[in-house]
Amino acid sequence: MDKLKQFFARSSILAGISGVAHAEYGLNLPVGVTETSQAVYGLHMQILWVCIIIACVVFGAMIWSMVFHRKSQGAVAEQFHESMAAELVWTVVPFIILIVMAVPATKVLVDMHDVSEPDMSIKVTGYQWKWRYEYINEDIDFFSSLDAASNEARQVGSDIDPATVEHYLLNVDRPLVIPVGKKIRFLLTASDVIHSWWVPDFGWKKDAIPGFINEAWVKVDKPGVYRGQCAELCGRDHGFMPIVVEVKSTEDYAAWVQSQKSSAELTNSAVVETLPPQELKQQGKKVYQANCAACHQQKGEGVPGVFPAITASAVVTGEISKHIDLVMNGKPGTAMAAFKGQLSDLELAAVITYQRNSLGNKVGDAVQPTEIAALR
Amino acid sequence: MSTDNTYYVPHSAKWPIVGSIGMTLLLGGFAGQLNGSSMADNIMLVGLLVTIYMLFGWFGDVIEESESGAYNKAEDASFRIGMVWFIFSEVMFFAAFFGALYYIRVFSVPWLGGADSGAATHEFLWNSYEAIWPTNGPEAIGGEYQKMSAWGLPSINTLILLTSGVTVTVAHWGLVANKRKQLIWALAATVALGFIFVVLQAVEYGHGYHDLNLTMGSGVYGSTFYMLTGFHGFHVTVGAIMLAVVLVRSIKGHFTAEHHFAFEAAAWYWHFVDVVWLGLFIFVYWL
Amino acid sequence: MATATATHEEHHDHGPAKGLMRWVTTTNHKDIGTLYLLFALLMFMIGGAMAMVIRLELFQPGLQFVDPGFFNQMTTVHALVMIFGGVMPAFVGLANWMLPIMIGGPDMALPRMNNWSFWILPFAFAMLLSTFFMDGGAPAGGWTIYPPLVLQGGNGFPFMIFAIHMMGISSVMGAINVIVTILNMRAPGMTLMKMPLFVWTWFITAYLLIAVMPVLAGAVTMLLTDRFFDTSFFNAAGGGDPVLFQHIFWFFGHPEVYILILPAFGIVSAIIPTFARKPLFGYSSMVYATSSIAFLSFIVWAHHMFTVGLPLEGELFFMYATMLIAVPTGVKVFNWISTMWKGSMTFETPMLFSIGFVIMFTIGGFSGLMLAIAPADFQYHDTYFVVAHFHYVLVTGAVYSIMAAAYYWLPKWTGNMYNETMGKWHFWLSTISVNVLFFPQHFLGLAGMPRRIPDYSVQFAEFNMWSSLGGFAFGLSQVFFCYIVYKTIQGGEKATDQVWEGADGLEWELSSPPPYHSFTTPPKIK
Repeated sequence: MDKLKQFFARSSILAGISGVAHAEYGLNLPVGVTETSQAVYGLHMQILWVCIIIACVVFGAMIWSMVFHRKSQGAVAEQFHESMAAELVWTVVPFIILIVMAVPATKVLVDMHDVSEPDMSIKVTGYQWKWRYEYINEDIDFFSSLDAASNEARQVGSDIDPATVEHYLLNVDRPLVIPVGKKIRFLLTASDVIHSWWVPDFGWKKDAIPGFINEAWVKVDKPGVYRGQCAELCGRDHGFMPIVVEVKSTEDYAAWVQSQKSSAELTNSAVVETLPPQELKQQGKKVYQANCAACHQQKGEGVPGVFPAITASAVVTGEISKHIDLVMNGKPGTAMAAFKGQLSDLELAAVITYQRNSLGNKVGDAVQPTEIAALR
Repeated sequence: MSTDNTYYVPHSAKWPIVGSIGMTLLLGGFAGQLNGSSMADNIMLVGLLVTIYMLFGWFGDVIEESESGAYNKAEDASFRIGMVWFIFSEVMFFAAFFGALYYIRVFSVPWLGGADSGAATHEFLWNSYEAIWPTNGPEAIGGEYQKMSAWGLPSINTLILLTSGVTVTVAHWGLVANKRKQLIWALAATVALGFIFVVLQAVEYGHGYHDLNLTMGSGVYGSTFYMLTGFHGFHVTVGAIMLAVVLVRSIKGHFTAEHHFAFEAAAWYWHFVDVVWLGLFIFVYWL
Repeated sequence: MATATATHEEHHDHGPAKGLMRWVTTTNHKDIGTLYLLFALLMFMIGGAMAMVIRLELFQPGLQFVDPGFFNQMTTVHALVMIFGGVMPAFVGLANWMLPIMIGGPDMALPRMNNWSFWILPFAFAMLLSTFFMDGGAPAGGWTIYPPLVLQGGNGFPFMIFAIHMMGISSVMGAINVIVTILNMRAPGMTLMKMPLFVWTWFITAYLLIAVMPVLAGAVTMLLTDRFFDTSFFNAAGGGDPVLFQHIFWFFGHPEVYILILPAFGIVSAIIPTFARKPLFGYSSMVYATSSIAFLSFIVWAHHMFTVGLPLEGELFFMYATMLIAVPTGVKVFNWISTMWKGSMTFETPMLFSIGFVIMFTIGGFSGLMLAIAPADFQYHDTYFVVAHFHYVLVTGAVYSIMAAAYYWLPKWTGNMYNETMGKWHFWLSTISVNVLFFPQHFLGLAGMPRRIPDYSVQFAEFNMWSSLGGFAFGLSQVFFCYIVYKTIQGGEKATDQVWEGADGLEWELSSPPPYHSFTTPPKIK
């Protein structure tokens, strides 16, 4: 009952603020920030107007007839029921309109398919449920997933009002960064199921298919932050894998690339010291929330039949080498991904230690980053 | 019992509901078995028995009505049109698998190998993969295997099926000309050829699994090979059973030169599986 | 073709048997039609309840009621139930009731198989719905069951596959029966080009069903073997391609869309002339337009997959072919309007629903035309714009035509008039609420809200709230519809044989309700 009360209380607030926030509400396709997106917007408006005009004519005739040709007005039915001329007209005229619309559409389509001569390429891989960005020929490679604030608020019964979270569900921990005015080729693929990469301001979406690469390109005119979402149903957390692209000026971009390289060296430098289990557990909790909880649930209870529980799991409470192997290499044919490519030695060691000594488990052992490194 | 201008509408029918129950138990049991449930085998067996009981009962009723003269030209036409469209639906069922084979050979495998729009796929994902048919894919799923040759058992099977197409026609001539002996012997030969085909197909599968390491798990080649030939083999079995029933009925003295829909239905079906085989032989074994 | 002329019964004097077994063992086309229609109504309510859960969760941002996994089960099974359990059986029910009467035949051509076509369905849907109680829950990969996602399903997965197989068997048998009936059971003089348009559209629908349901069966069989028997059809590592499934699925799926709408065209083409008191305009062009739509439906499937990365030539071909469909569809709309033009119209409930159909189906057609433009579709695809589009064509299209048909023929079926005031209330409540429900979804999609998500960014909150409110109201209106149907079956003003002043066709020559066996002697065809 309390739940319902809250539900209605909040919705009335929403209705109240909606007037204020009205400016933000999109009614139409965004014009976007690329030549392509503007061309697509143009096509959209063109076809929309064609439809509206035809609708006015068609519905107008219908309404006229409904008003004047009704029995209560004393209308007497005529008995005509055929006209070759009329049939010809309404076959040929729409056909011509279609041809007129097909020509610009073809041009835009041909242009969108032309991925030749890019200034740079970025490989985008969809995972359940995050994105990975690899800059080809640059040593930059990272994952991008839903930011912590949204993630906390979106849990069932979190009691956090989404309106208080900035960019709720449209924010990530690490955005994709690209330079302005450069033709960037995206190489889209997926590691598990089909995803779809979509930033409305760029004017297209394209599916990320496991085992295949789809290509697409953008050349953004204006620096800024552009947001989108996965657009192909990809499982439980399909609604929670946003895309954020930061478009930077050439100088800012260069600086960003530099900063990435130095931080990459930091994370890539192997952790050699032995860490106390307590610290591993603490770090592991964060890793677990970000990477495992979506399936195995916050408290490790899993979802019967699809996602096994971590609590009292035979693997987690059993031999540690099997546990490590499962986390690192995944289980083919299921949603369990191979995490060795996604997480660092430290993160893997931490999350495995966490799982064994938390979430209702008390095995008592720990694994060190060095041991993970040795298994790579 | 009936005159020429009445259409036979049975008063009630109990077999459909029996069929539904049988089908549900059979398929539900199968699904349970796939999930690893221990009860499921028994449910499946019961479902199978109920289904077989339904088939005997339903067709038994129809045969009885036919022999008692309940069916005239109009009913006969209904059955014929119905059978033709049923075979068309079967054609479309096979079209799905032939379509899959076509797509895999013409699009997906070449793309994985870097042809046309697959250049990036090949460069970034499957760099060392060479697209040569037959293939078990870039990760060589199922391990090393050998191709099934077209010129051993498969070509003998082709001859068998083509011959059976001739014998069933000879049987039809016999029926129309009221030569019952010709009908029965030619039909018996057809049924025998049909079952020999099925046995040889089973031998071939054994050869594939044991000698060639060619299994359903051998990438797309194994998948398409066993799926297409498997469903065809199943249809041959069904067709042979249909012909066997027609044979038994012929021996019992059923059918006349003018009135023999069941024979023709089985014969049409037989020609259909024959034609599917030719497609298989060309696109699965040969090319 | 030989034409049958009269029924023959084993027991001439008997009417229908009594009790439950009458319905289980019946071979009578009217009984089976009634069963189909009641079954469809039940499924419509079950699928509707799922839609209510969906709209409740989407009422405001944040997750209040259901887990995202369960939300996905709701969207998936809602679609499967509505398409295969609601709309299709409703149309088959109408075909069963009306086709034999409309062509002056004694019954469906294959009565026993007719019974089986129906009696598979309750079992198939029991199997599908039972998955909710299994480990892993019901299928949650979307009704399009794309691999690899669908292969991750729980224990319900094989049950869903076999349920689809059973629905397919039922549909194919039903379709064969329709075709055989139309070809073989017409009264003397009922030439093909004299058949009512509802018969024509069902004839073409049945052809589509027989052509594509087996293809779906093949596709789901490959899913089954990919999951349980190690095959690699949809796995790139083994040389297959996940997109292959989408090609096969949509080769079925697009004709399926027309399976869901062609009979609606036939219904509206029967109702508008009745209440305009004027013959249907352009009968033969209607037949040709329907046939062209059916033909085109086989060569446009990949417009559902513009974003999967088809080669340019493919995208162009499918874009052009899809745009072409607008031509015959337009012809139909123009013909309906010309039928109304200079008629003498009255606006009873069936006419209201038919006019609602023409207007709102056309709105769905316009958004369909927009979706056909491939570059624009890269934006629209998999957003609420698409959700709005297909609900306009399926709810205010297909479902509205079923409502229209129900009101149009209920007096004939039951012998009682429905309550006209209530009918009109039902129409206006439905029409206002359905537009509040679906029209804002166009804006949501354009503004960037993807479909199949249980939670959304706050900028989408307002329209979602409106949409949900419309949804609840539309849901309640349909409960009201059930009440109206129930009251009509119970009793009411007696209907005349003619029922509607302007009605024309063989069904109006029979008594209301018609005798258990209609046309035991063939009618004279004008």
